Amino acid sequence: MTDTRKPVESMLTDYDIFEPSFVANPYPGYSEIRESECPIARTERYEGSWLPTRYEDVVALAQEYEIFTSRGILVMPPPPGQAEGAYGGVAAPPITSDPPDHHWHRRLILPVFAPQAVAKYEQSTRDLCNALIDEFIDKGTADAAADYAQHIPVRVISNMLGVPLDMEETFTGWVRGVLENMHDMELRKRSRLAIIEYFLAQVEDRKTNPRENDLISELMNTEVEGKKVPIEYVLGVCNLMLVAGIDTTWSAIGSVMWHMAQHPEHRKQLRENDDLWPTAIEELLRVYAPVTMARIVDRDIEFQGCPMKAGDRVLMAFPAANRDPRQFENPDEVILDREHNRHVAFGSGIHRCAGSNLARLEVRVALQTWLKRIPEFELVDPATVTWAGGQVHGPRSCMVKF
Amino acid sequence: MKVSVDMGSCHGHQMCAIAAPEVFGSDELGNAKVLIEGDLPTELEGKARRAEANCPERAIIISE
Repeated sequence: MTDTRKPVESMLTDYDIFEPSFVANPYPGYSEIRESECPIARTERYEGSWLPTRYEDVVALAQEYEIFTSRGILVMPPPPGQAEGAYGGVAAPPITSDPPDHHWHRRLILPVFAPQAVAKYEQSTRDLCNALIDEFIDKGTADAAADYAQHIPVRVISNMLGVPLDMEETFTGWVRGVLENMHDMELRKRSRLAIIEYFLAQVEDRKTNPRENDLISELMNTEVEGKKVPIEYVLGVCNLMLVAGIDTTWSAIGSVMWHMAQHPEHRKQLRENDDLWPTAIEELLRVYAPVTMARIVDRDIEFQGCPMKAGDRVLMAFPAANRDPRQFENPDEVILDREHNRHVAFGSGIHRCAGSNLARLEVRVALQTWLKRIPEFELVDPATVTWAGGQVHGPRSCMVKF
Repeated sequence: MKVSVDMGSCHGHQMCAIAAPEVFGSDELGNAKVLIEGDLPTELEGKARRAEANCPERAIIISE
Protein backbone atom coordinates (compact mmCIF):
# COMPACT_ATOMS: atom_id res chain seq x y z
CA MET A 1 0.00 0.00 0.00
CA THR A 2 1.35 3.41 -0.88
CA ASP A 3 1.85 5.65 2.12
CA THR A 4 -0.05 8.80 1.27
CA ARG A 5 0.44 10.52 4.59
CA LYS A 6 1.75 14.07 4.68
CA PRO A 7 5.46 14.16 5.65
CA VAL A 8 6.10 15.30 9.23
CA GLU A 9 7.23 18.94 9.16
CA SER A 10 8.48 19.07 12.74
CA MET A 11 8.27 16.63 15.64
CA LEU A 12 7.46 19.58 17.91
CA THR A 13 4.37 20.81 16.06
CA ASP A 14 3.37 18.03 13.67
CA TYR A 15 4.28 14.61 15.14
CA ASP A 16 2.56 11.56 13.69
CA ILE A 17 2.47 8.58 16.05
CA PHE A 18 1.44 6.32 13.17
CA GLU A 19 4.25 7.32 10.78
CA PRO A 20 5.99 4.01 9.90
CA SER A 21 9.53 4.91 11.00
CA PHE A 22 8.19 6.30 14.30
CA VAL A 23 6.11 3.15 14.82
CA ALA A 24 9.20 0.98 14.33
CA ASN A 25 11.48 3.09 16.51
CA PRO A 26 9.86 5.96 18.41
CA TYR A 27 12.79 6.67 20.76
CA PRO A 28 14.80 9.13 18.61
CA GLY A 29 11.59 11.13 18.06
CA TYR A 30 10.77 11.19 21.77
CA SER A 31 14.32 12.25 22.50
CA GLU A 32 14.20 15.04 19.92
CA ILE A 33 11.06 16.45 21.57
CA ARG A 34 12.30 15.88 25.14
CA GLU A 35 15.60 17.68 24.61
CA SER A 36 14.08 20.61 22.68
CA GLU A 37 12.90 23.94 24.09
CA CYS A 38 9.39 22.48 23.79
CA PRO A 39 9.30 19.09 25.59
CA ILE A 40 5.51 18.92 25.29
CA ALA A 41 4.87 18.63 21.56
CA ARG A 42 1.63 19.36 19.73
CA THR A 43 0.07 17.94 16.59
CA GLU A 44 -3.13 18.72 14.72
CA ARG A 45 -3.22 15.21 13.24
CA TYR A 46 -6.00 12.80 14.29
CA GLU A 47 -8.10 15.67 15.69
CA GLY A 48 -5.08 16.99 17.61
CA SER A 49 -3.15 15.99 20.73
CA TRP A 50 -0.36 17.00 23.12
CA LEU A 51 2.68 14.81 23.76
CA PRO A 52 4.67 15.32 26.99
CA THR A 53 7.97 13.44 26.89
CA ARG A 54 9.72 14.21 30.20
CA TYR A 55 9.30 11.82 33.10
CA GLU A 56 8.31 14.60 35.48
CA ASP A 57 5.56 15.91 33.18
CA VAL A 58 4.13 12.48 32.34
CA VAL A 59 3.98 11.54 36.04
CA ALA A 60 2.48 14.94 37.00
CA LEU A 61 -0.36 14.58 34.54
CA ALA A 62 -1.01 10.97 35.57
CA GLN A 63 -1.44 12.22 39.14
CA GLU A 64 -3.84 15.05 38.20
CA TYR A 65 -6.81 12.83 37.41
CA GLU A 66 -9.39 15.59 37.97
CA ILE A 67 -7.89 17.70 35.20
CA PHE A 68 -6.64 14.90 32.94
CA THR A 69 -9.66 12.61 32.85
CA SER A 70 -10.11 9.07 31.54
CA ARG A 71 -13.17 9.95 29.39
CA GLY A 72 -10.99 8.97 26.43
CA ILE A 73 -7.97 6.75 26.90
CA LEU A 74 -7.15 5.75 23.33
CA VAL A 75 -4.58 7.79 21.45
CA MET A 76 -7.11 8.40 18.64
CA PRO A 77 -10.61 9.83 18.84
CA PRO A 78 -13.37 7.19 18.99
CA PRO A 79 -15.36 6.30 15.87
CA PRO A 80 -18.19 8.82 15.38
CA GLY A 81 -21.28 8.03 17.46
CA GLN A 82 -19.63 5.18 19.38
CA ALA A 83 -20.65 6.32 22.85
CA GLU A 84 -24.28 6.81 21.85
CA GLY A 85 -24.60 3.63 19.81
CA ALA A 86 -25.25 -0.01 20.75
CA TYR A 87 -23.68 -0.95 24.09
CA GLY A 88 -22.60 2.64 24.60
CA GLY A 89 -22.83 2.07 28.35
CA VAL A 90 -20.11 -0.59 28.26
CA ALA A 91 -16.65 0.87 28.74
CA ALA A 92 -13.54 -0.81 30.16
CA PRO A 93 -13.61 -0.15 33.92
CA PRO A 94 -11.58 0.86 35.80
CA ILE A 95 -9.27 2.11 33.06
CA THR A 96 -12.05 4.26 31.57
CA SER A 97 -13.48 5.33 34.96
CA ASP A 98 -12.97 8.55 36.86
CA PRO A 99 -13.55 9.05 40.58
CA PRO A 100 -15.87 8.51 42.39
CA ASP A 101 -16.93 5.36 40.45
CA HIS A 102 -13.30 4.53 39.74
CA HIS A 103 -12.84 3.59 43.38
CA TRP A 104 -15.28 0.65 43.44
CA HIS A 105 -14.62 -0.25 39.80
CA ARG A 106 -10.98 -0.80 40.72
CA ARG A 107 -11.44 -2.12 44.27
CA LEU A 108 -13.39 -5.13 42.95
CA ILE A 109 -10.75 -6.35 40.55
CA LEU A 110 -7.55 -5.58 42.46
CA PRO A 111 -7.63 -8.76 44.60
CA VAL A 112 -7.78 -10.87 41.41
CA PHE A 113 -4.49 -9.38 40.24
CA ALA A 114 -2.54 -9.14 43.52
CA PRO A 115 0.83 -10.93 43.39
CA GLN A 116 -0.34 -13.75 45.68
CA ALA A 117 -3.43 -14.24 43.45
CA VAL A 118 -1.65 -14.34 40.08
CA ALA A 119 1.03 -16.74 41.38
CA LYS A 120 -1.38 -19.60 40.73
CA TYR A 121 -1.10 -18.97 36.96
CA GLU A 122 2.68 -19.48 36.91
CA GLN A 123 2.71 -23.22 36.22
CA SER A 124 0.00 -23.10 33.54
CA THR A 125 1.84 -20.20 31.87
CA ARG A 126 5.07 -22.20 31.89
CA ASP A 127 3.25 -25.22 30.44
CA LEU A 128 1.74 -23.19 27.62
CA CYS A 129 5.13 -21.59 26.81
CA ASN A 130 6.67 -25.07 26.63
CA ALA A 131 3.85 -26.29 24.36
CA LEU A 132 4.44 -23.36 21.99
CA ILE A 133 8.19 -24.07 21.89
CA ASP A 134 7.49 -27.78 21.18
CA GLU A 135 5.83 -26.67 17.93
CA PHE A 136 8.96 -25.08 16.45
CA ILE A 137 12.06 -26.16 18.37
CA ASP A 138 13.01 -28.82 15.80
CA LYS A 139 12.73 -26.40 12.89
CA GLY A 140 15.67 -24.25 14.01
CA THR A 141 13.71 -21.13 13.24
CA ALA A 142 10.60 -19.40 14.61
CA ASP A 143 8.78 -16.12 14.67
CA ALA A 144 9.38 -15.03 18.28
CA ALA A 145 6.49 -12.56 18.02
CA ALA A 146 3.86 -14.39 15.95
CA ASP A 147 4.65 -18.01 16.94
CA TYR A 148 5.44 -17.32 20.60
CA ALA A 149 4.72 -13.97 22.29
CA GLN A 150 1.37 -13.46 20.56
CA HIS A 151 -0.12 -16.69 21.95
CA ILE A 152 0.82 -16.32 25.61
CA PRO A 153 -1.32 -13.53 27.13
CA VAL A 154 -4.45 -14.43 25.16
CA ARG A 155 -4.34 -17.99 26.51
CA VAL A 156 -3.65 -16.86 30.07
CA ILE A 157 -6.56 -14.39 29.93
CA SER A 158 -8.94 -16.93 28.34
CA ASN A 159 -8.08 -19.33 31.13
CA MET A 160 -8.79 -16.69 33.79
CA LEU A 161 -12.09 -15.66 32.25
CA GLY A 162 -13.16 -19.25 31.72
CA VAL A 163 -13.75 -19.07 27.96
CA PRO A 164 -12.66 -21.66 25.37
CA LEU A 165 -9.04 -21.51 24.22
CA ASP A 166 -10.14 -21.97 20.60
CA MET A 167 -11.29 -18.33 20.64
CA GLU A 168 -7.64 -17.30 20.60
CA GLU A 169 -7.38 -16.13 16.99
CA THR A 170 -10.75 -14.41 17.11
CA PHE A 171 -9.82 -12.53 20.30
CA THR A 172 -6.49 -11.50 18.82
CA GLY A 173 -8.26 -10.20 15.70
CA TRP A 174 -10.76 -8.17 17.74
CA VAL A 175 -8.06 -6.66 19.95
CA ARG A 176 -5.95 -5.68 16.95
CA GLY A 177 -9.10 -4.25 15.38
CA VAL A 178 -9.62 -2.00 18.40
CA LEU A 179 -6.00 -1.04 19.09
CA GLU A 180 -3.92 -1.40 15.97
CA ASN A 181 -6.22 -0.29 13.15
CA MET A 182 -6.86 3.21 14.31
CA HIS A 183 -7.61 4.43 10.80
CA ASP A 184 -10.38 1.99 10.03
CA MET A 185 -13.23 3.38 12.10
CA GLU A 186 -15.69 0.74 10.88
CA LEU A 187 -13.38 -2.10 11.88
CA ARG A 188 -12.79 -0.52 15.29
CA LYS A 189 -16.52 -0.23 15.90
CA ARG A 190 -17.21 -3.76 14.66
CA SER A 191 -14.41 -5.25 16.79
CA ARG A 192 -15.62 -3.46 19.90
CA LEU A 193 -19.21 -4.63 19.39
CA ALA A 194 -18.05 -8.18 18.70
CA ILE A 195 -16.22 -8.29 22.05
CA ILE A 196 -19.25 -7.05 23.96
CA GLU A 197 -21.67 -9.38 22.14
CA TYR A 198 -19.41 -12.35 22.81
CA PHE A 199 -19.25 -11.68 26.54
CA LEU A 200 -22.95 -10.89 26.70
CA ALA A 201 -23.57 -14.43 25.40
CA GLN A 202 -21.09 -15.80 27.97
CA VAL A 203 -22.96 -14.04 30.77
CA GLU A 204 -26.33 -15.29 29.51
CA ASP A 205 -24.95 -18.83 29.33
CA ARG A 206 -23.77 -18.65 32.94
CA LYS A 207 -27.23 -17.57 34.09
CA THR A 208 -28.62 -20.92 32.92
CA ASN A 209 -25.45 -22.98 33.48
CA PRO A 210 -23.73 -21.56 36.56
CA ARG A 211 -20.00 -22.25 36.85
CA GLU A 212 -17.41 -21.90 39.51
CA ASN A 213 -13.88 -20.62 39.50
CA ASP A 214 -13.99 -18.35 36.52
CA LEU A 215 -13.73 -14.59 36.58
CA ILE A 216 -16.92 -13.96 34.58
CA SER A 217 -18.98 -15.92 37.13
CA GLU A 218 -17.18 -14.22 40.02
CA LEU A 219 -17.91 -10.78 38.57
CA MET A 220 -21.58 -11.67 37.98
CA ASN A 221 -21.93 -12.62 41.65
CA THR A 222 -20.11 -9.60 43.05
CA GLU A 223 -22.17 -7.24 45.15
CA VAL A 224 -21.66 -3.59 45.94
CA GLU A 225 -23.71 -2.16 48.81
CA GLY A 226 -25.93 -5.24 48.82
CA LYS A 227 -26.73 -5.15 45.11
CA LYS A 228 -25.27 -7.23 42.27
CA VAL A 229 -22.98 -5.11 40.09
CA PRO A 230 -24.60 -3.91 36.82
CA ILE A 231 -24.05 -6.05 33.73
CA GLU A 232 -22.33 -3.10 32.04
CA TYR A 233 -19.61 -3.45 34.66
CA VAL A 234 -19.19 -7.21 34.10
CA LEU A 235 -19.01 -6.74 30.33
CA GLY A 236 -16.72 -3.76 30.75
CA VAL A 237 -14.18 -5.71 32.82
CA CYS A 238 -14.22 -8.56 30.26
CA ASN A 239 -13.64 -5.97 27.55
CA LEU A 240 -10.75 -4.54 29.60
CA MET A 241 -9.19 -7.97 30.10
CA LEU A 242 -9.00 -8.51 26.36
CA VAL A 243 -8.15 -5.04 25.16
CA ALA A 244 -5.70 -4.14 27.94
CA GLY A 245 -4.34 -7.59 28.75
CA ILE A 246 -3.44 -9.14 25.43
CA ASP A 247 -1.82 -6.77 22.94
CA THR A 248 0.16 -5.03 25.69
CA THR A 249 1.81 -8.04 27.32
CA TRP A 250 2.36 -9.75 23.99
CA SER A 251 4.17 -6.59 22.82
CA ALA A 252 6.36 -6.55 25.92
CA ILE A 253 7.26 -10.23 25.54
CA GLY A 254 7.99 -9.70 21.83
CA SER A 255 10.27 -6.72 22.49
CA VAL A 256 12.14 -8.68 25.16
CA MET A 257 12.65 -11.58 22.72
CA TRP A 258 13.86 -9.13 20.04
CA HIS A 259 16.31 -7.64 22.55
CA MET A 260 17.61 -10.99 23.77
CA ALA A 261 18.12 -12.24 20.19
CA GLN A 262 20.64 -9.41 19.78
CA HIS A 263 22.33 -9.56 23.20
CA PRO A 264 24.18 -12.80 23.94
CA GLU A 265 25.83 -11.10 26.94
CA HIS A 266 22.43 -10.53 28.57
CA ARG A 267 21.34 -14.11 27.90
CA LYS A 268 24.55 -15.27 29.55
CA GLN A 269 24.07 -13.01 32.59
CA LEU A 270 20.54 -14.34 33.12
CA ARG A 271 21.59 -17.95 32.67
CA GLU A 272 24.39 -17.60 35.18
CA ASN A 273 22.70 -15.53 37.85
CA ASP A 274 19.20 -16.35 39.08
CA ASP A 275 19.28 -13.40 41.48
CA LEU A 276 19.36 -11.04 38.51
CA TRP A 277 15.83 -11.82 37.32
CA PRO A 278 13.81 -9.38 39.47
CA THR A 279 15.79 -6.28 38.46
CA ALA A 280 16.24 -7.58 34.90
CA ILE A 281 12.49 -7.84 34.31
CA GLU A 282 11.92 -4.32 35.66
CA GLU A 283 14.72 -3.00 33.45
CA LEU A 284 13.31 -4.67 30.34
CA LEU A 285 9.86 -3.28 31.20
CA ARG A 286 11.39 0.19 31.55
CA VAL A 287 13.20 0.14 28.23
CA TYR A 288 10.45 -1.60 26.26
CA ALA A 289 7.36 -0.19 28.00
CA PRO A 290 4.73 -0.87 25.35
CA VAL A 291 1.81 1.35 26.34
CA THR A 292 0.88 4.97 25.70
CA MET A 293 -2.41 6.03 27.28
CA ALA A 294 -4.43 9.16 26.57
CA ARG A 295 -6.28 11.62 28.80
CA ILE A 296 -8.97 14.20 28.03
CA VAL A 297 -8.46 17.67 29.50
CA ASP A 298 -11.43 18.61 31.73
CA ARG A 299 -11.15 22.40 31.55
CA ASP A 300 -9.00 25.08 29.99
CA ILE A 301 -5.66 25.13 31.79
CA GLU A 302 -2.03 25.99 31.25
CA PHE A 303 0.20 22.95 31.84
CA GLN A 304 3.93 23.64 31.80
CA GLY A 305 3.33 26.68 29.62
CA CYS A 306 1.05 24.86 27.17
CA PRO A 307 -2.43 26.33 26.70
CA MET A 308 -4.62 23.22 26.91
CA LYS A 309 -8.34 23.47 26.18
CA ALA A 310 -11.23 21.49 27.64
CA GLY A 311 -11.64 18.36 25.52
CA ASP A 312 -8.02 18.29 24.28
CA ARG A 313 -6.35 14.89 24.09
CA VAL A 314 -3.02 14.42 25.93
CA LEU A 315 -0.86 11.37 25.27
CA MET A 316 0.90 9.89 28.29
CA ALA A 317 3.94 8.45 26.60
CA PHE A 318 5.26 6.15 29.31
CA PRO A 319 7.90 4.81 26.87
CA ALA A 320 9.24 8.38 26.51
CA ALA A 321 9.18 9.03 30.28
CA ASN A 322 11.07 5.79 30.90
CA ARG A 323 14.00 7.00 28.78
CA ASP A 324 14.33 10.49 30.23
CA PRO A 325 18.00 11.05 31.15
CA ARG A 326 16.85 13.41 33.94
CA GLN A 327 15.43 10.35 35.72
CA PHE A 328 17.54 7.43 34.47
CA GLU A 329 21.30 7.26 33.94
CA ASN A 330 22.17 6.02 30.45
CA PRO A 331 18.47 5.60 29.70
CA ASP A 332 18.84 3.88 26.33
CA GLU A 333 21.12 1.23 27.76
CA VAL A 334 19.76 -2.03 29.19
CA ILE A 335 21.43 -2.55 32.59
CA LEU A 336 20.01 -5.76 34.01
CA ASP A 337 21.05 -4.97 37.59
CA ARG A 338 19.98 -1.31 37.50
CA GLU A 339 19.59 -0.25 41.13
CA HIS A 340 17.40 2.85 40.86
CA ASN A 341 14.44 2.27 38.60
CA ARG A 342 11.23 4.17 39.29
CA HIS A 343 9.92 3.22 35.85
CA VAL A 344 6.33 3.90 34.85
CA ALA A 345 5.77 1.12 32.31
CA PHE A 346 2.52 0.40 34.17
CA GLY A 347 1.61 4.05 34.57
CA SER A 348 1.46 6.10 37.73
CA GLY A 349 -1.24 7.17 40.19
CA ILE A 350 -4.75 5.80 40.56
CA HIS A 351 -4.76 4.09 37.15
CA ARG A 352 -1.61 2.00 37.68
CA CYS A 353 -2.10 -1.02 35.40
CA ALA A 354 -4.33 -3.39 37.37
CA GLY A 355 -2.80 -6.40 35.63
CA SER A 356 0.84 -5.43 36.22
CA ASN A 357 1.66 -8.42 38.44
CA LEU A 358 0.22 -10.82 35.87
CA ALA A 359 2.07 -9.07 33.03
CA ARG A 360 5.36 -9.30 34.94
CA LEU A 361 4.80 -12.97 35.59
CA GLU A 362 4.06 -13.65 31.92
CA VAL A 363 7.13 -11.72 30.69
CA ARG A 364 9.40 -13.51 33.16
CA VAL A 365 8.04 -17.00 32.56
CA ALA A 366 8.05 -16.50 28.76
CA LEU A 367 11.72 -15.50 28.80
CA GLN A 368 12.82 -18.08 31.37
CA THR A 369 11.13 -20.92 29.50
CA TRP A 370 12.57 -19.84 26.15
CA LEU A 371 16.13 -19.40 27.49
CA LYS A 372 16.02 -22.81 29.12
CA ARG A 373 15.00 -24.53 25.89
CA ILE A 374 16.73 -22.22 23.38
CA PRO A 375 19.73 -20.66 25.13
CA GLU A 376 21.32 -19.33 21.94
CA PHE A 377 19.41 -17.59 19.14
CA GLU A 378 19.67 -14.59 16.84
CA LEU A 379 17.60 -12.51 14.45
CA VAL A 380 17.33 -13.96 10.95
CA ASP A 381 17.43 -10.45 9.47
CA PRO A 382 16.94 -7.28 11.54
CA ALA A 383 15.44 -5.54 8.50
CA THR A 384 12.47 -7.91 8.29
CA VAL A 385 11.20 -7.30 11.85
CA THR A 386 7.83 -5.52 11.72
CA TRP A 387 6.30 -3.38 14.48
CA ALA A 388 3.00 -2.06 15.76
CA GLY A 389 2.90 1.30 17.51
CA GLY A 390 0.85 4.28 18.54
CA GLN A 391 -1.13 2.94 21.49
CA VAL A 392 0.94 -0.21 21.99
CA HIS A 393 4.50 -0.69 20.75
CA GLY A 394 5.99 -4.09 20.01
CA PRO A 395 7.10 -6.43 17.22
CA ARG A 396 4.48 -8.23 15.15
CA SER A 397 6.96 -10.40 13.25
CA CYS A 398 10.44 -11.23 14.54
CA MET A 399 12.09 -14.22 12.86
CA VAL A 400 14.87 -15.84 14.86
CA LYS A 401 17.15 -18.83 14.16
CA PHE A 402 18.81 -21.22 16.58
CA MET B 1 16.32 2.03 60.42
CA LYS B 2 12.52 1.80 60.21
CA VAL B 3 10.31 1.76 57.13
CA SER B 4 6.72 2.75 56.54
CA VAL B 5 4.48 3.35 53.53
CA ASP B 6 2.30 6.38 52.82
CA MET B 7 -0.82 4.42 51.88
CA GLY B 8 -2.39 7.50 50.31
CA SER B 9 0.39 7.50 47.71
CA CYS B 10 0.90 3.75 47.27
CA HIS B 11 -0.87 2.45 44.16
CA GLY B 12 0.36 -1.11 44.27
CA HIS B 13 3.25 -1.11 41.80
CA GLN B 14 4.86 -3.76 44.05
CA MET B 15 8.33 -2.56 43.16
CA CYS B 16 9.26 -2.38 46.86
CA ALA B 17 8.39 -6.06 47.29
CA ILE B 18 10.49 -6.90 44.22
CA ALA B 19 13.51 -4.97 45.56
CA ALA B 20 13.16 -6.07 49.21
CA PRO B 21 10.82 -9.07 49.57
CA GLU B 22 11.93 -9.59 53.19
CA VAL B 23 10.72 -6.10 54.10
CA PHE B 24 7.69 -5.46 51.89
CA GLY B 25 4.82 -7.67 50.78
CA SER B 26 1.34 -7.23 49.41
CA ASP B 27 -2.02 -6.73 51.09
CA GLU B 28 -5.25 -8.23 49.72
CA LEU B 29 -5.49 -5.48 47.07
CA GLY B 30 -1.87 -5.74 46.01
CA ASN B 31 -0.82 -2.56 47.80
CA ALA B 32 2.37 -2.49 49.85
CA LYS B 33 2.46 -4.08 53.27
CA VAL B 34 5.38 -3.59 55.66
CA LEU B 35 6.46 -7.01 56.90
CA ILE B 36 8.92 -5.87 59.54
CA GLU B 37 7.57 -3.41 62.09
CA GLY B 38 10.22 -1.68 64.17
CA ASP B 39 13.95 -1.66 63.52
CA LEU B 40 15.17 -3.54 60.46
CA PRO B 41 18.04 -5.99 60.84
CA THR B 42 21.17 -4.19 59.62
CA GLU B 43 21.64 -6.58 56.73
CA LEU B 44 18.29 -5.53 55.21
CA GLU B 45 18.95 -1.79 55.28
CA GLY B 46 20.52 -1.75 51.84
CA LYS B 47 17.56 -3.57 50.34
CA ALA B 48 15.12 -1.22 52.06
CA ARG B 49 16.94 1.78 50.57
CA ARG B 50 16.77 0.13 47.20
CA ALA B 51 13.02 -0.41 47.61
CA GLU B 52 12.65 3.30 48.34
CA ALA B 53 14.64 4.14 45.21
CA ASN B 54 12.36 1.99 43.03
CA CYS B 55 8.94 3.23 44.14
CA PRO B 56 7.38 5.25 41.29
CA GLU B 57 4.99 6.95 43.73
CA ARG B 58 7.73 7.87 46.25
CA ALA B 59 5.48 6.34 48.91
CA ILE B 60 8.16 4.67 51.03
CA ILE B 61 9.35 6.49 54.11
CA ILE B 62 12.64 5.58 55.74
CA SER B 63 13.46 6.86 59.20
CA GLU B 64 16.87 6.34 60.74
